Amino acid sequence: MNWAGLYTVLSGVNRHSTAIGRIWLSVIFIFRIMVLVVAAESVWGDEKSAFTCNTQQPGCNSVCYDHFFPISHIRLWALQLILVTTPALLVAMHVAYQQHREKKLLVLTGHADPKHMEEVKKHKMRIAGSLWWTYVFSVVFRLVFEAVFMYIFYMLYPGYQMVRLVKCEAYPCPNTVDCFISRPTEKTIFTVFMLVTSSICIVLNMAELVYLVVRACARRGQHNSNPSSGKGSFYGHKLSSEYKQNEINQLLTEQDSSFKDMLRRNPGLQEKGDRCSAC
Amino acid sequence: MDWGTLQAVLGGVNKHSTSIGKVWLTVLFIFRIMILVVAAERVWGDEQADFVCNTLQPGCRNVCYDHFFPISHIRLWALQLIFVSTPALLVAMHVAYTRHEKKRRFRNGEKIDIEELKNAKIHIRGPLWWTYTSSIFFRIVFEAVFMYVFYYMYDGYQMPRLMKCSAWPCPNVVDCFVSRPTEKTTFTIFMLAVSGICMMLNLAELCYLVLKICMKESRKTT
Repeated sequence: MNWAGLYTVLSGVNRHSTAIGRIWLSVIFIFRIMVLVVAAESVWGDEKSAFTCNTQQPGCNSVCYDHFFPISHIRLWALQLILVTTPALLVAMHVAYQQHREKKLLVLTGHADPKHMEEVKKHKMRIAGSLWWTYVFSVVFRLVFEAVFMYIFYMLYPGYQMVRLVKCEAYPCPNTVDCFISRPTEKTIFTVFMLVTSSICIVLNMAELVYLVVRACARRGQHNSNPSSGKGSFYGHKLSSEYKQNEINQLLTEQDSSFKDMLRRNPGLQEKGDRCSAC
Repeated sequence: MDWGTLQAVLGGVNKHSTSIGKVWLTVLFIFRIMILVVAAERVWGDEQADFVCNTLQPGCRNVCYDHFFPISHIRLWALQLIFVSTPALLVAMHVAYTRHEKKRRFRNGEKIDIEELKNAKIHIRGPLWWTYTSSIFFRIVFEAVFMYVFYYMYDGYQMPRLMKCSAWPCPNVVDCFVSRPTEKTTFTIFMLAVSGICMMLNLAELCYLVLKICMKESRKTT
């Protein structure tokens, strides 16, 4: 499992994201993960071997390096990227759960042919109902993780700048010893670059949150002004055989929009001429 | 996520590019990214380890290296290649959006052939023409900016053998020797030449697109 494996897992989530979510995912993979892998890792590659202290005291080099770099930038960025990308998996799990329910419904109603099953797998889920809440929570978690890591970076490495010289007094260094960091300017440039892309991702996440909330309010406004638009669970009358009616009713009592979508896509599942009794 | 994944992502864009765009993408992958990965990275691999200064003063070597190489050529080229290839993703997003709209119209009842929808090459006209032209424009700008940054940072494109350093803690002026300067100069000039070729291809593509639209407009008016 490496960054390419993570890319494969998250590309699947891409299909069910909003447009802003897709842009966010592209920015994460191209401007953060890719830059980390092809450029930043080689800049920090010799951070310990080229960390030189002006002393011949054995152990002083190691102790001073450990004192000034409790956790390396590269590892912090890797952790940040993993934690920031994984809330999207909550959405993937919820989508998989909804697809499982749709398939179960198709089986119960006797429409379990391969064509309908393929369609369930391929269609894009609408971000509404409980999926909306999962999606919003995943965006909130992303924001929280980004902010937390930016704060940790600021606490550990004040000012985001890498200095050339640090003065170290930790045992076993005799008195105060000058220690020189390898490639400080290049490290500062990449730190600032990653900070800027992190801020861009935060802005994209906030925009996505606002977009989702506004869309939900607009949808609710339309729904209130047009009450006959399918609130009730009329499916029970249309879809099936008697002895499975209870199971179907249980599946359908949650007025999940995905079922409405499925029926819209598969008009054959509805019997013509019936009228909606619960609408 | 590495160059291979970027190639997979950009390969999809190839289908909707002009012929010059396809040539540009090939030059980018073969003569720039591949050369960077298989050759240039080895040449610059020991740049700090073999940067030797004529002093025993601890820290002097680190400081002098940092003074003369604020950012390594390899990293600058990697950033340049990432920035230059990403405008093509704007085109990919626009094409995906156009396809999505067509599918939506089909679902709403308009008669559109599904096979044609899936396989059709999207023609570069209308708003897609503007997206495509902007992406070429950004590519040219990024190439030019990075070429200027290289020139400004390294005073020309040549790697000297010897650098004289007097940054603290070096005592007085110290001679520092760069590892493999001739090989580095060769690769810098090579990457510069290929970058120039890519810029010319982009300019040619821009002219081609503008001429095509002007001819189409004049045919419409006659």
